[in-house]
Amino acid sequence: MHAIRVNGLSKRYMLGGAAHNSLRDLIAGLFSRSGRQPAEEVRALDDISFSVNEGETLGIIGRNGAGKSTLLKILSRITKPTHGSVEIRGRVGSLLEVGTGFHNELSGRENIYLNGAILGMKRSEIEARFDEIVAFSEIERFLDTPVKHYSSGMYMRLAFSVAAHLEPEVLIVDEVLAVGDVGFQKKCLGKMRDVGRKGRTVIFVSHDMNAITRLCDRVIWIKDGKLKLDGAAKDVVGEYLHDQESIGAEKHWPAASAPASEYVRLHSVRVCDEAGATTSSADIRRPIGVEISYEVLKEGKVMVPNLHFFNETGTCIFVSHDWEGGWRNKPRPVGKYVSTVRVPGNFLAEGSVYVGAAVTTYSPLEVHFVEWDAVAFNVIDSIDGDSARGDFVGDLPGIVRPSLEWSTETPDRRSISFSNRSTPGRRDPRD
Amino acid sequence: MLIAEESGPDFQRDGQASLAGQGKIKLENVSVHDDQLTRIGPRSRLGAVDLRELWRYRELLYFLTWRDVKIRYKQTVIGIAWAVLQPIVTTAIFTVLFSGFARFETGSTPYPVFALSALVIWLFVHNAITLASGSFVSNSNLVTKVYFPRLIVPLAAVLSGIFDLIFSVVILVGLILYYGLVPTTGILMAPVFLISAFVMAAALGTMLSALNVKFRDIKFALPFALQVWMIASPIFYPADMVGERWRLVFAVNPLTGLIDGFRSALFGLPFNWDLIGISATSIAAMCIVSLIVFSKMEDDFADVI
Repeated sequence: MHAIRVNGLSKRYMLGGAAHNSLRDLIAGLFSRSGRQPAEEVRALDDISFSVNEGETLGIIGRNGAGKSTLLKILSRITKPTHGSVEIRGRVGSLLEVGTGFHNELSGRENIYLNGAILGMKRSEIEARFDEIVAFSEIERFLDTPVKHYSSGMYMRLAFSVAAHLEPEVLIVDEVLAVGDVGFQKKCLGKMRDVGRKGRTVIFVSHDMNAITRLCDRVIWIKDGKLKLDGAAKDVVGEYLHDQESIGAEKHWPAASAPASEYVRLHSVRVCDEAGATTSSADIRRPIGVEISYEVLKEGKVMVPNLHFFNETGTCIFVSHDWEGGWRNKPRPVGKYVSTVRVPGNFLAEGSVYVGAAVTTYSPLEVHFVEWDAVAFNVIDSIDGDSARGDFVGDLPGIVRPSLEWSTETPDRRSISFSNRSTPGRRDPRD
Repeated sequence: MLIAEESGPDFQRDGQASLAGQGKIKLENVSVHDDQLTRIGPRSRLGAVDLRELWRYRELLYFLTWRDVKIRYKQTVIGIAWAVLQPIVTTAIFTVLFSGFARFETGSTPYPVFALSALVIWLFVHNAITLASGSFVSNSNLVTKVYFPRLIVPLAAVLSGIFDLIFSVVILVGLILYYGLVPTTGILMAPVFLISAFVMAAALGTMLSALNVKFRDIKFALPFALQVWMIASPIFYPADMVGERWRLVFAVNPLTGLIDGFRSALFGLPFNWDLIGISATSIAAMCIVSLIVFSKMEDDFADVI
């Protein structure tokens, strides 16, 4: 028996022309003779169909911007599809975020009730599970303290505990496991597996391929808004990883199939070292550049090239756009352009970095093109002792790893040991 | 595993139900009849409100209202005293201005009671609409992360205004006792006007909350509009100060009928049913327009907010 049946689901967003942000725009739009600007359409989902059996745990994977979040939002009824339909049998619980609706001024106890109600639990259910939730969260002593005084770890534990005790027939979970300490994460994964075993249907989105293969029977892979592959977890994850590896340090698009608008066309994106040579690995201590080349086809728009940096868990590390490269507020003449952003050394953490490239006009907002995961590179720490990790060789968490100055005083001895020696890893003044 | 499920789907269902029955009896019994079929399609019908669903989510409405009340006076020095101060100070100012200097004729009713009787309704309507109009924007984290009937958000904001309303009603009763006014049977009608005021505030608040998601102009226009509305309503002056010819037009403003009726109920005066009737019609129209506007905007909230 199907718990979920998705039929020809599509979702389009309108950017630019159709979106009025104030009454003035609306009124101006009503009276302007030329009509509205052609609205730009973004297809977040394109004709997706699949069904999930009762009791099955389905994983959804895909790159950033592939449409996973949109799909989850439709399944959890937060947004409506443009076409197609979904049928869900049974009570739906969705966790796109833990701690939704938590209020800082309220105590832990009050937040359990509020958050539980927001997630769709009945008061009687919350009451019945209250002790279990508190025990699971390990915050008994602070139950009546406003959560604004909690440490971030306590806050997340409490938030997750409420969510973990939600017992709907269909559970939809976004990447919420990437929080809290490792021990608590394991506890949560265990709890989720229990939910799956109880014959409940679970839909799970994650960038963590290990978690996906451990938890899911079946996986669907969404690519560019389309259903790319649907099958056994191991097979789909294998294909996906293979595809992901194919993102290189350089990518060129032939003119016919390049991401483009009528004003501008993407030509290529590449990762380069200080000398300008293409490279797929970056020394954690040295700066690295990302270069986007594009061709302006039609004059008259102010264009801002922008690059989006993601780590392997899909977290956006930062977005950078060209805000002072000499083209601020200046429409660009027709021609070829190459814009390069330099990311300083001792800033990114180790691991893979995926870069999305786009050219946007900000006023009125118009995304000319965006190409997620255009290129990728690895940040490598050779552990020579002069990077931010110093002599520590273990796992160092954090999405960035700046090399910061420390000073230690020994007031008793009235001497200051403040080291300002220039190490090879320290940021070069020229950068 | 897949095959097993496919070959015996009914068995699977039954097995699950009985498992639920044995295990956590209390919990599962609750959710068993929640076994509903949810259909998600492109657009909701214009003006359609799923009352059954709204009823199912009544506890969330309660919790959000409770949260709003609980949070409102936190981090303020005088706390709940604000709920008391607002009606008292406004009444005092009106009394000095319009009874001391301007000398409005309020018949047998002492001016402070006359003013406060209208302010009870007006301050509630004013606060409820102000709170409701910004409710989606201030709850955007909920709207973009969780589903529930969206109507709950502005309704909770309006409901939370009732907390302050209770304080001002207590002050009003105190003032009536102080002046030794003796109520007639008309007073039984008083709650009807308060409830109507709630319905009107809910209708307007809901509509503005939806419009405010897309048109942030509301935030700027509203304080100004409320000011004009206050002056155009018989709050500090009696409704019969408006000439006979214009009075019925005047009643299209639903506050006219509400306030005039509330005063008649409190002070044992004859009800002006024409006035009340027109205002009631006007409230009904507001409700319909509000629901249409709301249902038209609702689908895009999460995308636009």
